[in-house]
Amino acid sequence: MSEKTIAGYSVKCNDQGFMEDLNQWNKEIALALAKEESIELTEKHWEVLSYLQEQCKNETAITIRKVGKSGIVTIKEFYQLFPKAPLKTASKIAGTPKPVSCI
Amino acid sequence: MKKKLVILGAGTAGTIMANQLNKKLKAEEWEITIIDKEQKHYYQPGFLFLPFDRYTPEQVVKKIDKFIPKNIQLLNEDVQQIVADENKVLLVNGKEINYDLLIIATGSHIAPQEIQGMEGTEWYKSIFDFYTFDGALNLRNKMRTWEGGKLVIHICEMPIKCPVAPLEFAFLADEFFRKKNMREKVEITYVTPMSGAFTKPVAAKELEYLLESKQIKIVSDFNIEKVDTEKSQIVDYGERTVDYDLLVTVPTNMGDEVILRSGIGDDLNFVPTDKNTLQSKVKENIFVIGDATDIPASKAGAVAHFEAEIVVDNIMRFIEGKAVSPDFDGHSNCFIETGNGKALLIDFNYEQEPVKGTFPIPGIGPLQLLKESRINHWGKLAFRWIYWNILIKGIPIPFVPSKMKTEGKQINKK
Repeated sequence: MSEKTIAGYSVKCNDQGFMEDLNQWNKEIALALAKEESIELTEKHWEVLSYLQEQCKNETAITIRKVGKSGIVTIKEFYQLFPKAPLKTASKIAGTPKPVSCI
Repeated sequence: MKKKLVILGAGTAGTIMANQLNKKLKAEEWEITIIDKEQKHYYQPGFLFLPFDRYTPEQVVKKIDKFIPKNIQLLNEDVQQIVADENKVLLVNGKEINYDLLIIATGSHIAPQEIQGMEGTEWYKSIFDFYTFDGALNLRNKMRTWEGGKLVIHICEMPIKCPVAPLEFAFLADEFFRKKNMREKVEITYVTPMSGAFTKPVAAKELEYLLESKQIKIVSDFNIEKVDTEKSQIVDYGERTVDYDLLVTVPTNMGDEVILRSGIGDDLNFVPTDKNTLQSKVKENIFVIGDATDIPASKAGAVAHFEAEIVVDNIMRFIEGKAVSPDFDGHSNCFIETGNGKALLIDFNYEQEPVKGTFPIPGIGPLQLLKESRINHWGKLAFRWIYWNILIKGIPIPFVPSKMKTEGKQINKK
């Protein structure tokens, strides 16, 4: 774990750049993180991000299937918003933990 | 009149429950019923070894009633629905069974129909699972005569039962084809929806060498949309493709359909459950154990075994009118076969990721955590005996308590 400065804020991040405390997240940080991923955040992006944060607060594991059934985007649209590895990228920008398995 | 406790499912978790509660609950006060439509009890960790001809089918199956105490009523019936509001279970045959307490242990199963093209004409021809007895046996027959090509080992989506099993399959496949002197004819690719084969920092650092030394290629962040059987390709939502000649997939895992019919599950039919008390979020007189829960612990027999003690304690508290206790820490423990007569062992919980150390006796072992050793492999093989003779009978395993021990682990304090 390390402290990283993002958009002028000092935030706790793991080695892979995922935020460790959702309470430190704000929209300026999200914009900066999105820029690192070459993503320009639209209204739809923000909706997905807040959905992920809600799930995280409810301690529900985030999966592609859940996002696809969220009513916000289909899985295809999720890929268009956050190309290549949408769940990982969106989680990073949303300040939620990286989805992990047991090892 | 006696009170009634009903257990749905006589797999690993349900059978442990039946054995433990039979000892705990007074026979003059409680009547216990366990319901399962199956006749057979499978040692599921053995499914990993069947395709490689290392276990025989007889070693992994016994009759389901062999492990249920005689004074417990075992109903070999299919359950239609749980009516939580009325404290009753409806059977497919039309019978109704009332309960005071219900334990859901209906497990999880593969659902290949969730992925377009998977369960079509190529199912059990060039596409196989090894999470079922039939799948593992059909795959064994295929592997006996397969002449090589692109072997793709694939996970559809999380969560899955025994998340390390596909990785073990890849390691064992490497050894299998080496021993058959045809390793150079087989290209092994491991395809996962996760960010890599290892997702936890310490494990990733300690174990990445395994993939490289065994020449296993990784395709990560791959979320399958469909199988294109014409082109022998799996296709992801981002339109990436991976070619296969032999696809060994772990299909979507889902909870039992009775959960769906009862309207009490999530989108994968897993039952919302408190991750520490194991009481359901459906109703307070329903507890859930094993793969049937939606808790963020691994779906594995060892987890069901650790959960059992907490479920029994909380059921006793509930019966006595006391508050249930948040004692389950997410403890999981499993051997990971790495091939060539070696295995790893990992021991972890909700908070603690797998790290190096000694197990089960801190500082002594004899088993090594997160490190390949021969003795770990012997441990894995011995586990089949432990399973049939100790674990499902609900007998505690010496030196291995339900709560994870931090002693004996190399934990970096944050």
